[in-house]
Amino acid sequence: MIPIADALVRLRGMPQPMDMVVDPTANAVAIAGRAVSVEALAWEPPTAGTVYGTLLNFKGALAALGDAVGKPPYKAPPNAPVLYIKPVNTWIGFGAPIPVPDGAPELEIGASLGVVIGRTACRVTAADALEHVAGYTVVNDVSVPHDSYYRPSIRLKCRDGFCPIGPWVIGRSRVANPDALALRVSIDGALRQKNTTANLIRPVARLLEAVTEFMTLSPGDVLMVGVPENAPRARAGQRIAIEIEGVGRLENPLVAERELVPGGHA
Amino acid sequence: MKHARVAYAGAVHDAVAHDGGIRLADGRLVHESDVVWLPPFVPRTIIALGLNYADHAKELSFNAQEEPLVFLKGLNTLIGHRAITRRPADATFMHYECELAVVIGKPARRVTKADAHRYVTGYTVANDYAIRDYLENYYRPNLRVKNRDTCTVIGPWLVDRDDVPDPMRLALRTTVNGKVTQQGNTQDMVHDIGSLIEYLSSFMTLGAGDVILTGTPEGVIDVTPGDEVVTEIEAIGRLVNTIADDAAFGRA
Repeated sequence: MIPIADALVRLRGMPQPMDMVVDPTANAVAIAGRAVSVEALAWEPPTAGTVYGTLLNFKGALAALGDAVGKPPYKAPPNAPVLYIKPVNTWIGFGAPIPVPDGAPELEIGASLGVVIGRTACRVTAADALEHVAGYTVVNDVSVPHDSYYRPSIRLKCRDGFCPIGPWVIGRSRVANPDALALRVSIDGALRQKNTTANLIRPVARLLEAVTEFMTLSPGDVLMVGVPENAPRARAGQRIAIEIEGVGRLENPLVAERELVPGGHA
Repeated sequence: MKHARVAYAGAVHDAVAHDGGIRLADGRLVHESDVVWLPPFVPRTIIALGLNYADHAKELSFNAQEEPLVFLKGLNTLIGHRAITRRPADATFMHYECELAVVIGKPARRVTKADAHRYVTGYTVANDYAIRDYLENYYRPNLRVKNRDTCTVIGPWLVDRDDVPDPMRLALRTTVNGKVTQQGNTQDMVHDIGSLIEYLSSFMTLGAGDVILTGTPEGVIDVTPGDEVVTEIEAIGRLVNTIADDAAFGRA
């Protein structure tokens, strides 16, 4: 088990995450007895395991598909959890720039609660699923906008820097009920999306049960519970803030990819 | 040189092929049946190709593609040579896929097709099982089909790149209980290795330990508990796997 007393924090230069006291409402870390704002620190992603996303696990996201859900190519609503992977090249920490490729005027911001596994989870029941959770984090599942869920190219979802995670992993004991957390996305300070994990089709424990029926989750793995409907879009020059009640606020700027890489090209 | 990672006498060892056996990094010579074979490299991102052989695409009624059909897999799914793969009791069509696995050796970003081979450290064999009963029409192929525990077999050897002069001209074949069921040649890939590395590295930085499973030719059949499935690629290796039922996995 990964034991987290308060929160796992990984600042740049730290060889490994440290258990530190954080304030998820003020978005601050206690360092030498004083509260230091997250913005004043340089962050690495706080997790190191495989990052899985869950497709269409918000009631509103499935409803937004409307009649299309019964028509080709889908033909039926999802049966078991439909998962996808955000690979290691996509991970960045709080504050790091999300590269916006040439030819993509806007990117889609997929805000999700990330469940961080603390103990090997294979065939867990909903009743004991949360015993396998180390804590929770905020994940931004960035995509180049696309319409189809059938077989979207990983070129649209797995680009470098397309998965900010953080700022920290807050310990499980600090989150009374992961299925009742308010989620807000702001772009340049303006509220653009509001939802709550109360709207999950499979709440956290049931999702863990359904996923671990067919695959083992290991300590450090992250399972995104899903992205709500009406995901906002943002463009280069804007700053995204995803806030999950009691977990933390993840902020990242969008920067044109060509400006990030000396000599870079499209 | 052919490299392996094996568990032996209470530790994990790097090893090389030696005179029909295995030589551990500490010098011990051991028989291949005395070790537990692990994936032959430390894996990072697992990248897999769907329908990358024209004949297999036709077999599954799939038309020409604009770009490679790529999906990703998690580390949970990997097992080594001579291991056991679970077939769930409710499956009606579970099939192997013999694939050339290309292992990346150093960071690769915006690499051209012509340069791509310089980023490859070696090759191995993968058997990328699918259970088609679980196929859904979202994010195909969905991970319940393709990312199950024990369903990606890899090894036995990582063969150095320079020992494989032409990876695009290798015979592949699968036998089930000794009978040949799948045959093909890497020359029939829709997207060749260089093109795949150019494509992938155009948007994702590849790193050491990333592996590209390059797809499978036609000839997939259902396999059932007790079957011995051998996926074999010329000059790369012969990867043995056995299918077992739920009871063997404590799910009776």
